[in-house]
Amino acid sequence: MFRKLAVYTPLTLFAAITLVPFLYLACSSLKTNDVFFSSPFLPIDSAWWDINWSGLTLDNFKRLFQEAGIGRAIVNSFFFASTMAVLGTLGSAMGGYALAKFNFLGRGMFTNIVLTALIIPGALLLAPGYKVLYTLGLLDSYAGLILPGVAPAFGVFLFRQAFVSGLPTEMMEAGRIDGCGEVRMFFQLALPMVRPMVGAFLLITYLGTWNNFIGPQIVLQTPEKYPLAVAVAQLRGPYGSEYGMIMAGTIVAILPVLILFLMLQKDFIAGLTAGSVKG
Amino acid sequence: MSRGTRTPWWAPYLFIAPFAVAFCVFTAYPLFESIVMAFLQTSGPKRSEYVGLSNFSWMWEDPDFHKAVRNTVIFACGSIFIQLPCSLGLALLLNRPDIKGRAFWRMIFFAPSLVGLAFVAILAGLVFEKNTGLLNVALHQVIWFDPEFPWLQEYVMPALIISAFWMYVGFNMVYFLAALQNVNTDLLEAAQVDGAGPLHRFRHVTIPAIRPVATFVILLSLIGSFQLFELPYLLLNNSGGPDNQGLTIVMYLYQKGFDWGDLGYASAVGWVLALLLSVFAIIQRILSKTEVA
Repeated sequence: MFRKLAVYTPLTLFAAITLVPFLYLACSSLKTNDVFFSSPFLPIDSAWWDINWSGLTLDNFKRLFQEAGIGRAIVNSFFFASTMAVLGTLGSAMGGYALAKFNFLGRGMFTNIVLTALIIPGALLLAPGYKVLYTLGLLDSYAGLILPGVAPAFGVFLFRQAFVSGLPTEMMEAGRIDGCGEVRMFFQLALPMVRPMVGAFLLITYLGTWNNFIGPQIVLQTPEKYPLAVAVAQLRGPYGSEYGMIMAGTIVAILPVLILFLMLQKDFIAGLTAGSVKG
Repeated sequence: MSRGTRTPWWAPYLFIAPFAVAFCVFTAYPLFESIVMAFLQTSGPKRSEYVGLSNFSWMWEDPDFHKAVRNTVIFACGSIFIQLPCSLGLALLLNRPDIKGRAFWRMIFFAPSLVGLAFVAILAGLVFEKNTGLLNVALHQVIWFDPEFPWLQEYVMPALIISAFWMYVGFNMVYFLAALQNVNTDLLEAAQVDGAGPLHRFRHVTIPAIRPVATFVILLSLIGSFQLFELPYLLLNNSGGPDNQGLTIVMYLYQKGFDWGDLGYASAVGWVLALLLSVFAIIQRILSKTEVA
């Protein structure tokens, strides 16, 4: 009994610390500005059980779509994250496939480049990357955000590991003897063999892109092009004192991915730990 | 088996092409360019002037840069000495064989890391508010904490460390939990039979087994901490906060490069940051090598 208490008390405490901010966020987004500070959670009149139901409203969400144009930002985020996830996964899988399954001039060099690129801090590339995008005329466009990420070194590395252990070379030999073309073989034979990695990497890239703030903040200049991360942060300009609006914006931005990823958490966690634990 | 005879020579090059092109254009070339730029003073992407080493000497003397480095180091220490031990503790609790609802607990603890840093920063802006913020109100109710405690006015770094703690403690727990699967339970039992206490077993059986993952997680935390940007930037309304209390290295880089438009100076800051990080990577490599020997 005492042992059980010693295990479940800290777990429950931590779970409460984790969940309370979500509850706070949800309650805040439903409050009108007049009652916003009457209590931390649901608006109350005199005591905590005396809930002031008239202080609750869906107005914040309505105004978010009608005045602040958050619908557009949702579409932008959806487009940005989906495109990036599909292209990034495809490019990574192709690169990893080449390094794992072919003997070619330059293979050692490319493998070393991938390993070196893994440790280059992203912040180092901010200033010169901006200049390159300027030179190529890609500023203020989604091409400027997506093209640099079509084959991240991290992904190439993960897929290389996956193909080395997950795709028998004999299968490829058999395919070639049967007259299967190289491109068809990649899509129909190789990719299905590393399906767990494909799923995990799609998820990781989707989430990372959805939550990316600094990239769009630097590259995009037209407000209509902003994805949610930037658009919600910008709400604090015109709606600086309307906390309910800002919290509603935050909910709209995090709820879709939160639900999606909690449903798929098994694959997601498998993807996260793939690079480290297996070594 | 007749290897390679049927493999067209161009196939591997076709598959490596996306990586090769993207790497050359968006990593290798900018990297080369940034070496040149580190010796220039620029205004915007168009105009620039050669200034030799003065970007670096200016950084060396700029009190704001010192502050940024100090804050970044404090934040990194908070991650490694407060957050990671808690992550390990949670993982040890969840790894107990008799635990009920392991997947459920893991899901709860993991959830905050799915929220983007930018959104956590916006939420934290309200939670740490003086008088009305959730944290002060709650702490006042529970332990009579000062409801006017000025988190965002005078205690910016603790606020940042707490926010990051909330976000990443469960994320790092997942790594430790996976690592604990490598612990040899026979060895644990044998140690118990031999009369080794729980602390003793932890030190001599568990720690050696999770060491590779632990060093990896520490390195990951360090790299992440040293590139902290969104959290303070948005929490402090696009500034370093009062007295630059929350200024980090990457925020400093961003201010110089994109608010002031001196991409040359920003490149120089980027190289100093890269140098610091590579030192950590080298230390980690040395440490993991001596462990094997």
